[in-house]
Amino acid sequence: MGDIAIKVENLSKAYQLGDFGTGTLSRDIERKWALLRGKEDPFLTVGETNDRATAGTSDIVWSLKDINFDIQKGDAVGVIGRNGAGKSTLLKVLSRVTVPTRGSVKIMGRVASLLEVGTGFHPELTGRENIFLNGAILGMRKHEIKKHFDAIVDFAGVERYIDTPVKRYSSGMYVRLAFAVAAHLESEILIVDEVLAVGDAEFQKKCLGKMGEVSKGEGRTVLFVSHNMAAISNLCSKSILLKHGQLQTLDFTHTVIDKYIRTGENSDGQVNKDDIIVKQHSTKAGFHALRLLSPAKGITADFGINEDVIVEIEYDVYHDGAIVQPSIHLLDTLDTVIFATFSAPSASSTVDQFYKVPLQKGRYKSTCVIPGNYLNDKNYKINAFLVPEGDMANMAIAENVLAFTVIETGNMRKEYTGEWWGVVRPKLAWQTEQVL
Amino acid sequence: MVIDPSTSNQEWDLEIKPHDSVLNLHLKDVWNYRDLLWLLVRRDFVSFYKQTVLGPLWFFIQPIFTTIVFTFVFGGLAKIGTSHVPHALFYMAGTIAWNYFADCLTKTSTVFKDNANIFGKVYFPRLIMPLSIVFSNLVKFGVQFLLFLIVFFYFLFKYHYAPAELNGDKVEPNLFLLLFPVLIALMAILGLGLGLIITALTTKYRDLAFVVTFGMQLMMYATPVIYPLSEASEKYRPFIKANPMTGLIETFRYGFTGGGQFYLDSFLYSVVACFVLFFLGLVIFNKVEKDFVDTV
Repeated sequence: MGDIAIKVENLSKAYQLGDFGTGTLSRDIERKWALLRGKEDPFLTVGETNDRATAGTSDIVWSLKDINFDIQKGDAVGVIGRNGAGKSTLLKVLSRVTVPTRGSVKIMGRVASLLEVGTGFHPELTGRENIFLNGAILGMRKHEIKKHFDAIVDFAGVERYIDTPVKRYSSGMYVRLAFAVAAHLESEILIVDEVLAVGDAEFQKKCLGKMGEVSKGEGRTVLFVSHNMAAISNLCSKSILLKHGQLQTLDFTHTVIDKYIRTGENSDGQVNKDDIIVKQHSTKAGFHALRLLSPAKGITADFGINEDVIVEIEYDVYHDGAIVQPSIHLLDTLDTVIFATFSAPSASSTVDQFYKVPLQKGRYKSTCVIPGNYLNDKNYKINAFLVPEGDMANMAIAENVLAFTVIETGNMRKEYTGEWWGVVRPKLAWQTEQVL
Repeated sequence: MVIDPSTSNQEWDLEIKPHDSVLNLHLKDVWNYRDLLWLLVRRDFVSFYKQTVLGPLWFFIQPIFTTIVFTFVFGGLAKIGTSHVPHALFYMAGTIAWNYFADCLTKTSTVFKDNANIFGKVYFPRLIMPLSIVFSNLVKFGVQFLLFLIVFFYFLFKYHYAPAELNGDKVEPNLFLLLFPVLIALMAILGLGLGLIITALTTKYRDLAFVVTFGMQLMMYATPVIYPLSEASEKYRPFIKANPMTGLIETFRYGFTGGGQFYLDSFLYSVVACFVLFFLGLVIFNKVEKDFVDTV
């Protein structure tokens, strides 16, 4: 076991919601008085976690709560979690932008943090001047920047424009230059927030390559936040999973990503009768409930890229003898219909016992499986229909009734990490042979 | 994870804790970032003249016009005495010294607001920013001081070779002139100290920001900038003397022109006040700096 580079102990960070400070001089005084006597801050309620969905009882939200972990020197560690899980707060505390409310962080070595690309760039200054300024802001001495100057310019690919004010740079050049400065910092620990979201695919690849070099080649410790699971699984051997400001796991990356998908907390995978917004009602049948299920974890709206998406339609048939045909459309976020499907024998891969069978009055459930390894890592929506046989005008329609997200797990991205085009990403048969 | 007992007693380079000693001012950290300080000063200077047509000429235009207006209004119309110092010299001495102090203070007093974005994204000793403001202003002051020297030597020669043209006005530099660098340093730390206090308070109580611009105008009249202390009536003199800038401006003008006199009590009071306010400013700034990011 090597040396520990970062040791986090009982780290907590509270934020106050809404208005604070001003206008509440009496509260300020009350707090000061309590703290003076060595008591706990009366306005910090203990025990509340940070869940945006449920309204809390106090104005205080714990963005981080009792976090404990150690990071070994030379490790590349990913930080995974949903929006609001506390990832950025953790990085802010580690990079000393803000102080923790409780607990402590002990750090061995110099920290360089990249929470934003190009912090402190001045548009009027030239590329050369900005390299020095930005490098100094990130904690480098002038002679260190001089030493790496050529490497920075080379990495950014802006030799021709180095004495041009950066306000004339294209946004791509700007970002490349900014990342280049940060990537060449002489620090033992590099903290990187979601900065690679900017820039094109080629640049992202270059940055990831550089970061891999930094952690593997130079033995520096890297802490990396991203929503791009592919990047994390490629770069980081270990990962931290945060949820509601609490540490869920610190383990090998693939285990953590798996857990992240399994603990999908967005439980909107189901809508019930009263919540279904029906665009058009039918006299023959009506929706009772619509659900999205994963084979492994039941109702959810988050699916791993290799997981089946099971769509369930529960509906009531109002009269004996009605023939009702359920159908769905899958849409992308731009409302383009990707496909339409129903249970006709020639249009489905399974046989539906009730296809074109006159139904008794009662409740029925139809299920459609969208296979794993088929959709891309995007957001999708579903429109649902109940079509009475021979009476198309009388169908029930529910638009955008369900939405779900397909999450990249890295399973299909062992060889390619750039942006993956297309609304679907099927696994297809590929062969190459020599013909000449 | 298992904690290796051999590393549990390891020495750490940095410990991030919620509370820190009030008196830990992280001055060593500031020293480590000294290169940044110079680069920021350079940035301010370069970006200033790059964006303007006249460039550094602006540094001259402001004191020249202020001096002309003051000479006309206060010397010509209001006929406020200048202790037998040529009017232009008298007002220019007051103006450039006062401007340096006022610029340091007003610019420092918005340092948290102006840099909220950068402070929220990267750590460096926050004190670097206000320090860079003081040094940037020192560059500006230096340029204006050159202008002052031209005017000073012009009147000095006139006084020696054609005193009749001065209508009894005198220019008699004396040994107190040597205090000049000390005076500038004191003005800088006074402006910085007050600015730090104000910027720390404005993160919580925004109204203070509005008071500053307005307050500085009023404060100029409570400082012997356009009049010598000797002209102020006995009734108000204690109030004017309570202003730490009084001792500094009076001494500055006395050293170069010999107008007025050296008030030892005022000067010593100014020195003490400067250091007390500066230290207070550092302490408050350091306390607020740590988590102000959460409140903006």
